[in-house]
Amino acid sequence: MTAWERFADSFLNARVAAEYLPKIVDGFRLTVVLALLIVVSGLAAGLLLALVRSLGVRPLNWLIIFVVDLFRALPPLVVIVLLFFGLPAAGMQLSGFASTWLALSLVLMAFAEEIFWAGITSVPKGQWEAARSTGLTFVQTLRFVVLPQAIRLTIPPLTNRTIAITKGTALASVVAVQEILGAAHAGVSFSFNPTPLTLGALAYLVLFIPVVVFGRWVETRFAWRR
Amino acid sequence: MTSRPIVEARGVHKHFGTLHVLKGVDLVVAERELVFVIGPSGSGKSTLLRCLNRLEEPSAGSIVVDGIDLLDRRTDINKARRRIGMVFQGFNLYPHMTALGNVTLALRKVLGLPRAEAEARGRVALERVHLSDRADHYPSQLSGGQQQRVAIARAIALEPRVMLFDEPTSALDPELVGGVLAVMRELREDGMTMVVVSHEMGFARAAADRVLFMDDGLVVEEGTPEQIFGAPRHERTRAFISQIERH
Ligand SMILES: Nc1ncnc2c1ncn2[C@@H]1O[C@H](COP(=O)(O)OP(=O)(O)OP(=O)(O)O)[C@@H](O)[C@H]1O
Ligand SMILES: [Mg+2]
Repeated sequence: MTAWERFADSFLNARVAAEYLPKIVDGFRLTVVLALLIVVSGLAAGLLLALVRSLGVRPLNWLIIFVVDLFRALPPLVVIVLLFFGLPAAGMQLSGFASTWLALSLVLMAFAEEIFWAGITSVPKGQWEAARSTGLTFVQTLRFVVLPQAIRLTIPPLTNRTIAITKGTALASVVAVQEILGAAHAGVSFSFNPTPLTLGALAYLVLFIPVVVFGRWVETRFAWRR
Repeated sequence: MTSRPIVEARGVHKHFGTLHVLKGVDLVVAERELVFVIGPSGSGKSTLLRCLNRLEEPSAGSIVVDGIDLLDRRTDINKARRRIGMVFQGFNLYPHMTALGNVTLALRKVLGLPRAEAEARGRVALERVHLSDRADHYPSQLSGGQQQRVAIARAIALEPRVMLFDEPTSALDPELVGGVLAVMRELREDGMTMVVVSHEMGFARAAADRVLFMDDGLVVEEGTPEQIFGAPRHERTRAFISQIERH
């Protein structure tokens, strides 16, 4: 066997690929579901925290800042592992899937809150004053005047951060979730051949290249708008 | 029969921390009256105006607008503000909405008018500031003077009982000032009650019923435009008038 044949037999083995493709496809589906759940709950929680923070209740804001800084400081893997292995000690058992979802949602929430908050505070005070002077309430002003401007500013950084954090779904393999990396890794162990990893890498490219391209498009589009 | 004043502010004080910005200001404005407020920078003109719709919370005193006690805790301030229009130095238009969108937002969300009715009323307001043809333009597509006129339309669309202007023309290029002042003149001729902080003395002479000179948180002197600009009694007024006349 030449070196190339050995390489191809290891990483591009058609028989192994055919055998493990269905598992990788399952992993792909699981990754998509997990990523979507994280994006929805992470962004919603982040926006909610930023809105609560805009009320300006001191003790509440300290709490929000503490939580946000905590989850921005901890490596996502540490959060996942803490939830998965730590919670049972407190009498609560989360599945690997649920631990990953919750952990990455909390991390995305923390970063999203900071980005939304920066957007809200970047809207000039005069906008608030003009709106309030016409009789709009605090909540109406936030909703119809401030947030539409704030969110436009936050879309590019939010898109980038969201992409980065959803890629963290690969960490779920550590807590035995059969997402793409987990499925690929299991395939390698059974077949004694790394071809499933090649498939896994391809699956990540198929999933994330469109997302990254979308992020780039969003960035240029909103950069011109200013 | 004398009608009750539209604005009745008595003994208004305002502290910002240790800074005593308003030191007992009285301001009574009758219906259809145009009161002009002048004074050096930092004398408290903007703060006084902002107390009149409670954008700023006075530290002491009483403020009654159109019979509503603004400082009574039972007063619904959002409801009261419908009757008090305000125009800012920096226009403060909503950049993500068209001119018509700016004018109709409060009509829809505060008065609760259906969209079609709000837009009809919004167009009437834009017509009064001579910008009917700019209804679908965004603020960034309008000149400063046009933006300020949209801001005036946004305020008058709610049919307020009094309009507050805080240096409405001082952010404008000189050639755009006239259009805004012309709109304000027309408003006045239509009987709007107005309080105007500005240094446009020509406008004051032509349109103001009364001029107040403020300095250091107090109304130092007040009178007709002829008195204040022609024969000021106080030294500080005299110094200020000659200073702005030199410009
Ligand atoms: N929110 C605030 N916090 C602290 N100080 C303030 C605040 N707003 C105004 N001031 C201070 O109050 C004083 C009066 O300000 P104000 O804006 O009322 O003056 P003005 O007469 O409108 O001046 P100008 O002609 O420059 O607009 C100034 O010394 C100003 O620095
Ligand atoms: Mg001022």
